[in-house]
Amino acid sequence: MYYIGLIGEYLKNYMKTRLTYRADFWVEVVSDLLFQATNLIFIFIVFMHTPTLAGWTRDEMVFVYGYFMIPYGIFSCFFNLWSFSERYIVKGEMDRILTRPAYNLFQILLENVDPPALIGSVVGALIMGICWTQLGLDFGLVELLVLLLLLAGSVLIYFGIYAALTSISFYSDAPTGILPLIWNIQIYGRYPLTIYNRFIQVLLTWILPFAFVGVIPASYFMTGKGMTQLALLTPIIGLLFLAIGLTMWNVGVKRYRGAGS
Amino acid sequence: MASAYLELIRIRFLMMLAYRVNYYSGILIYTLSIGVYYFTWQAIYGGQGTIAGFTADQMTTYIAVSWMARAFYFNNLDREIANEIRDGSVAIQFIRPYNYIVVKMMQGFGEGLFRLLLFMAPGMVIACLLFPVQLPREPKLWLVFAFMLFMSFLINSQLNIITGLTAFFVENNEGMIRMKRVVVDLFSGVIVPISFFPGWLMLLNQWLPFQAITYLPSSVFTGRIEDSQILTVVGIQLLWFVILIIPIVIMWRAARQRLFVQGG
Repeated sequence: MYYIGLIGEYLKNYMKTRLTYRADFWVEVVSDLLFQATNLIFIFIVFMHTPTLAGWTRDEMVFVYGYFMIPYGIFSCFFNLWSFSERYIVKGEMDRILTRPAYNLFQILLENVDPPALIGSVVGALIMGICWTQLGLDFGLVELLVLLLLLAGSVLIYFGIYAALTSISFYSDAPTGILPLIWNIQIYGRYPLTIYNRFIQVLLTWILPFAFVGVIPASYFMTGKGMTQLALLTPIIGLLFLAIGLTMWNVGVKRYRGAGS
Repeated sequence: MASAYLELIRIRFLMMLAYRVNYYSGILIYTLSIGVYYFTWQAIYGGQGTIAGFTADQMTTYIAVSWMARAFYFNNLDREIANEIRDGSVAIQFIRPYNYIVVKMMQGFGEGLFRLLLFMAPGMVIACLLFPVQLPREPKLWLVFAFMLFMSFLINSQLNIITGLTAFFVENNEGMIRMKRVVVDLFSGVIVPISFFPGWLMLLNQWLPFQAITYLPSSVFTGRIEDSQILTVVGIQLLWFVILIIPIVIMWRAARQRLFVQGG
């Protein structure tokens, strides 16, 4: 209850600062969507020259992309920690966080919320909805519940992986450039796994499970993709990676010594 | 005067060198981007021999060359200029006895040299090791490509300068900067070669400068342009370089009338 109240307060604060610069808000929304649009345009252009890609049709690929946009939007909104190392470690802002009673990661995430990113999720849901009818897939209460469960799993995978990677800043203060690197690997999770070689397939499924934020859970709703059981693992993998991420974070926080000044 | 400009190139190059660690992960990121497109195109080609004038092998080479060319010509001149206009430091540039636009171009070139030697060249080696890239054997193609790459840099920097200068006229041009970036990546042919575009878009692109940035040089280098056509293609680049000088001069002249620096 205490934490829900905090979310409300942080969002109120966000609104106050943001409404001062309304134009920036829309600039951010539009440029986010433009970036996503280039990926969609790539898919559309490719399918003008080929009927299927590794057995997937255009609508199926766009469906996967729509699915991917939903957890990605939620993740980008609540996990906007790209400058964590500079801001909280080097400048020592972590001191301020640690003296407060609420859980430290929770505070940091809320301080940096980025609600415009959620519009990407909405657009993703729309794209998915359109493809859902185009493909003539079943939609009932069961599908809706499974969809929500898989989406939650995908979001947790993102959180887990990035919490673990961000916590590296506690162990080493040199800029590693690993965050943008991993960010680029996730692109691989939006295409059918069979197009990759064995190494990348294993990497994307079990080591950096970005296949579980796109192609695997999305294929649950389509017939003949042979990944139904794998798809249902999404929430479990999500919880597992969340546990890894939080453990690394909590151990890392204990090593924090503050910045002298 | 020329020596002052050369000095600017040298200083920017050394400055970039100090931050070279930041670019090591950049090489891997570009390799990852090449990888995802490589695998996707392989799956698309499957059995098909030629699509939109590209064979599967040519496509692999095209992707690798285009991304690594982008590693060279890419720069943040647009944001640099916009920031200098917004924080007012451009006023100092006005009273100095050199041309601000040329200065920016030289700084961009210093960065470009750094990117060529420490980003594009090692990146190309890694790409050639990982993917079946076939580079041409004729020295003539390498020479033409080197020149065309230089022109890519000039045209891309001109577009960046134009975008940056809009900060004189609108309060916040961040949206424009980002939008330009997407448009350049899409229409220059890095993401998809222009010959894959639908007909109307291809036609539109022939009248836009973006194809001169990636599509034309990479097409020449992958051997898709006949010898007799090479001069025409280089001519298109030169033409765009000259045409793009016009809006820069006009904007710069107009900006000098409008400049209003707050605080100081």
